[in-house]
Amino acid sequence: MAVTAPTTLPAGNYLDPDSLLNDEERLIRDTVREFVADRILPEVGTWFEEGTLPAGLAGELGALGVLGMHLEGYGCAGTSAVAYGAACMELEAGDSGIRSLVSVQGSLAMFAIHRWGSEEQKQQWLPPMAAGEAIGCFGLTEPDSGSDPGSMRTRARRDGDDWILNGQKMWITNGSLAAVAVVWARTDEGVRGFLVPSGTPGFTTQDIHHKLSLRASVTSELLLEDVRLPASAMLPEATSLRGPLSCLNEARYGIAWGAAGAARACLEAALAYGLEREQFGRPIASFQIQQQKLAEMTLEVSRATLIAHQLGRLKDEGRLRPEQVSLGKLGNVDAALRVARTARQVLGANGITLEYPVIRHMNNLESVVTYEGTADVHALVVGQAVTGIEAFR
Amino acid sequence: MKICCLVKEVPDAAVQKRIDPETKRLDRSGENTLNQFDTHGIEAAMQIREGGVVDVEEIVAVTMGPGSAQRALHKAVALGADRSVHLSDDVLAGSDVCATGYALAKVLEGESPDLVLLGQQSDDGECYTIGAVVADHLRMPSLTQVIKMDVADGKLTCERQAEYGYDTVEVRLPAVISVGDAINEPRYPSLKAIMGAKKKPLDTKAAGEVGIESGKVGEAGSRTQVLAINPPPEKEPGEIIEDEDTNETVEKIVAWLEERKLI
Repeated sequence: MAVTAPTTLPAGNYLDPDSLLNDEERLIRDTVREFVADRILPEVGTWFEEGTLPAGLAGELGALGVLGMHLEGYGCAGTSAVAYGAACMELEAGDSGIRSLVSVQGSLAMFAIHRWGSEEQKQQWLPPMAAGEAIGCFGLTEPDSGSDPGSMRTRARRDGDDWILNGQKMWITNGSLAAVAVVWARTDEGVRGFLVPSGTPGFTTQDIHHKLSLRASVTSELLLEDVRLPASAMLPEATSLRGPLSCLNEARYGIAWGAAGAARACLEAALAYGLEREQFGRPIASFQIQQQKLAEMTLEVSRATLIAHQLGRLKDEGRLRPEQVSLGKLGNVDAALRVARTARQVLGANGITLEYPVIRHMNNLESVVTYEGTADVHALVVGQAVTGIEAFR
Repeated sequence: MKICCLVKEVPDAAVQKRIDPETKRLDRSGENTLNQFDTHGIEAAMQIREGGVVDVEEIVAVTMGPGSAQRALHKAVALGADRSVHLSDDVLAGSDVCATGYALAKVLEGESPDLVLLGQQSDDGECYTIGAVVADHLRMPSLTQVIKMDVADGKLTCERQAEYGYDTVEVRLPAVISVGDAINEPRYPSLKAIMGAKKKPLDTKAAGEVGIESGKVGEAGSRTQVLAINPPPEKEPGEIIEDEDTNETVEKIVAWLEERKLI
């Protein structure tokens, strides 16, 4: 126990962003951090290597209460946006794949139902989804329709009171785990969303294998062949692309926080390694060239964390604009990638093994930088926001 | 049955601890949290309630500390306590273990619990003794380092961790039991419970309200006095034996152990 003031500052909390959390947010953050330390970190390297996720994990996340945690009612905790962000940060400090599971469940599938669904749909799906008993997925992207979702080919046509869906969705997180898929399709009345339960005739999924990124996460293709759905399966309140884009905006908000968490984990791994590893008779962290890297990584993590906090405060005040979320997602994921690549170099050869978290984060972030809106498209959104000139159409 | 859980706010484990050289007290200005050892006491109370052998009407978390200690109480109710009591008064500052035990006992007198549970130690002071002091004031039996507890018919059958094995001890209720961390695996507070924690009743009591005599608490009422604080002597570095030839390495290790009469 020291009798004088501490001489070091914690790299992961350098500017004390923790002090921006209120007591409740802090307790939520600490609880998720503890869960990640106990349940995720000891095993996630193995899950990543084997390309698996334990079957009970969704139930554990549900019991913890993180699934749809920022939504009100229907078994959800109803936390602030900042608390949700802080939870994403801790989950992604564990692994981007685990945060993806939670994001897709809460911000895409559950949010879609909560925001655009009927009361019956909310009652039926949200409580089991909050508990992790029913997993959801979100089908917007298609093999030939990514950054330009307006070009989607999946179609829904009316047949009496029913709807018939045909099409294909690609890169769908949780696809084959899902009890319900939120599928977006073109109709004569514009883009509409449909709740497709697993097992519906004509609806099948196929997992995407040979990924070198987000391996502790299930990614699938959804195939819809003459899938007949009752009128009650349609999300009544969403009538255009605004529907799915609102959900993506929610998820991107969580990613801006999550990426800062992955970056922090890489920084902390690099710092610990640098202090431990000795070359030329002294810890490598004592060399200026490594200190330069550690200082830059600390700066990136601090900046990303503060950006995430500001997005959170704006969101809690109801003032957050999608263009601001784009800035956060763009900047924080780019920063996290830079930190991960730098950290990986600090670790030398050890940086490429799953014994350390760094290469896992680095590979995961290669997905995070392009999913939920590529860095390029987010740059164009920010470009449009500051110039008033749209560049991507 | 009514169970009171004594809890304490302690500096977060991640915070570098510092002693204020002026007051010779722990600097508590950094991030604080609920003493991890006390979460085992709350979990034990929850398991008695969920076990169904006795009817637990109420679980009450009790703490003594400054205003910030309410955060520890919020966590305690998020973990399952029904309400909490916060004893907070400037006259209590600087109380030693005996004075703190007396003050907590005065709060507990007003609650009349059938069982008082607490963690075996606090993460900061690590005195291990508060349970015994409280029990002495309440004239209740007390057991420490309990790692198994069965409740039935107004009595408890406890296993306590002793130096060489386990004691099985039966006590009549009411009793004060400090539990070891091997007794259970505390649950995570659910996020919903955290959000609901502030809605659960929290009574703040001043010393006078629970009949505490001010001369028996605080620095003046404490019979111990910290004269000086010194960091522990630095440990000598261990001896590393490089394993170049395994036979030789084994010989060296055996010789080292024999030299110290360890084998």
